[in-house]
Amino acid sequence: MKRLFVVLTAVMLAAIATSATAQISIVIEEGNRDATPIAIVPFARQGDGMPPDDLAEIVDSDLARSGQFQPMARTDMLSRPSTEAEVFFRDWSATNARYLLIGRQSMNGPQLRVDYELFDVTSQKKVFSGYEAGAVSDARMLAHRLADEVYEHITGTPGAFATKLLYISATRVPGANEYSRLTMSDSDGARPVVLLETREPLLAPTWSPDAKEIAYVSFETGRPAIYRQELATGRRQQLTNFKGLNGAPSWSPDGRTMAMTLSKDGNPDIYLMDLATKQLTQITNHYAIDTEPTWMPDGQSVLFTSDRGGKPQIYSYDLRSGKTDRVTYEGSYNARARVSQDGRSVVMVHQQDGRFHIAVLDLETKRLHILTSTELDESPSIAPNGTMVLYATKYAERGILAAVAVEGDAKFRLPAREGDVREPAWSPYISR
Amino acid sequence: MKQFSIAGKTIALLFSAALLVACSGSDTKEDQAAADAAAAAAAAAQQSASQAASAAEMARLEEAVAAVGNVFYFGFDSSTLTPEALSAVNAHIALLQRNNENIRLEGHTDERGTREYNMALGERRANAVRDYMVANGIASFRIETISYGEERPVAYGSGEANWAQNRRVELKPQ
Repeated sequence: MKRLFVVLTAVMLAAIATSATAQISIVIEEGNRDATPIAIVPFARQGDGMPPDDLAEIVDSDLARSGQFQPMARTDMLSRPSTEAEVFFRDWSATNARYLLIGRQSMNGPQLRVDYELFDVTSQKKVFSGYEAGAVSDARMLAHRLADEVYEHITGTPGAFATKLLYISATRVPGANEYSRLTMSDSDGARPVVLLETREPLLAPTWSPDAKEIAYVSFETGRPAIYRQELATGRRQQLTNFKGLNGAPSWSPDGRTMAMTLSKDGNPDIYLMDLATKQLTQITNHYAIDTEPTWMPDGQSVLFTSDRGGKPQIYSYDLRSGKTDRVTYEGSYNARARVSQDGRSVVMVHQQDGRFHIAVLDLETKRLHILTSTELDESPSIAPNGTMVLYATKYAERGILAAVAVEGDAKFRLPAREGDVREPAWSPYISR
Repeated sequence: MKQFSIAGKTIALLFSAALLVACSGSDTKEDQAAADAAAAAAAAAQQSASQAASAAEMARLEEAVAAVGNVFYFGFDSSTLTPEALSAVNAHIALLQRNNENIRLEGHTDERGTREYNMALGERRANAVRDYMVANGIASFRIETISYGEERPVAYGSGEANWAQNRRVELKPQ
């Protein structure tokens, strides 16, 4: 197997660097009207050297971005406690803050540690205290983990801030092929790293269930092929090189199988590849277009897009029974499903009045709810905690990423400084 | 049919030259070489004559192809050849029947709809042109197809004027 791994080429190694063109930043458009007010006091700094980032500010942005919190402006704070002894609840009950977060960040050589306490201002009680520790170079991730803890202690749902995004960024070149880059960033768009750059199309980036590997489609050989790549080592392997389409890779929940679209036998069908043996099993066989496979979290069925009924709709293939069922009926275009981790809802691209929106279908009630109001929305990707959907859309004639809450009104955009961004893939939870 | 009669004449001539060699009754190498040279000269003469005869025809076909261009356009979510696309593809077929060049058909879509579905739709468009060419006598091994879906737009803007330019199959030499 080892010889099948192709070590990164010089061009790719050269490209592994922070690229200003790939940087995306957050613009919050709307939060929930009933967002919880919270005061996040700047953390006290102890020990040698200055920590590179204002960690409290990162926690503040994470919570604000979720739409479920409304962090208080620092200028409105009457005091800036950093220890429990310094907390006077009257300073906070005078404001409308319902929660108070304080903390201390200390450096010890290359190590950073943040101790923090979360208080309920109404009951005047400590809700939680804890710490996050790690390398200074990973300071932003520490802050995201801290935000995850705060989020979970208040909402009851695990946070998804300490996660990563994959996306494709492209720079147009008049009269020539554009530059496409496969980029990975933190969930807030910070720290972008270019994993691959080519003048040929790149698409369909996706994560392995353990978030240690990615798969994607690259045309770098002049034809489409599916690749898998280890994030820690950069080692990669070309999985397919068939005639016709080689697309839409999707990792099974147990990490052993890759669903994909191949048209080697004449028209696009869904295949499952056993990643250990490279053995292929064809699971659809229809003259229509069958594509965009994605797994249900139990690994027992695969959803896919097919125009076998005349227009693209979502279908489900049951691996045990071999039965295929139609999933979507509302509207004339439903495609590229992604399923929430609890298996209860499916997000997809849904066309209405000629416009393409992101919609969510409740699999139990069969209710379809349109989440977005822009008109060329595609590539939805659900946060691992199921609260937000990241998607690609157009803004001022450029491809941008945007996010919307599955429930509630929260919305934000992640525009790139330049070029187009598309095909976001939100990572699963990342183990420490 | 004209090219077949020319080819037929060439084969007949070569055959008679070979027959001449076979019937010469001489085993000497000099005789053999002389016969070979005569046959080669006859074949070359025939070939250049047929080339000259078809040069004008080839120029006419190439001109027709230049006039229709190398791009065939499609309707939204459609892989059916429009009458305009058909007549353009026909001009290419007429030329391909006379030359022995290999071609590449690149299928493209507009930005609407999902990327992987569009990848399949682009392939369907390229295949539609290929299948029509094969049905009209072009050997399938001479045609390579590839889909770029919506990844390689000609016009970046939105709106039907841009979209119409992007829903296309481009014919390129291989």
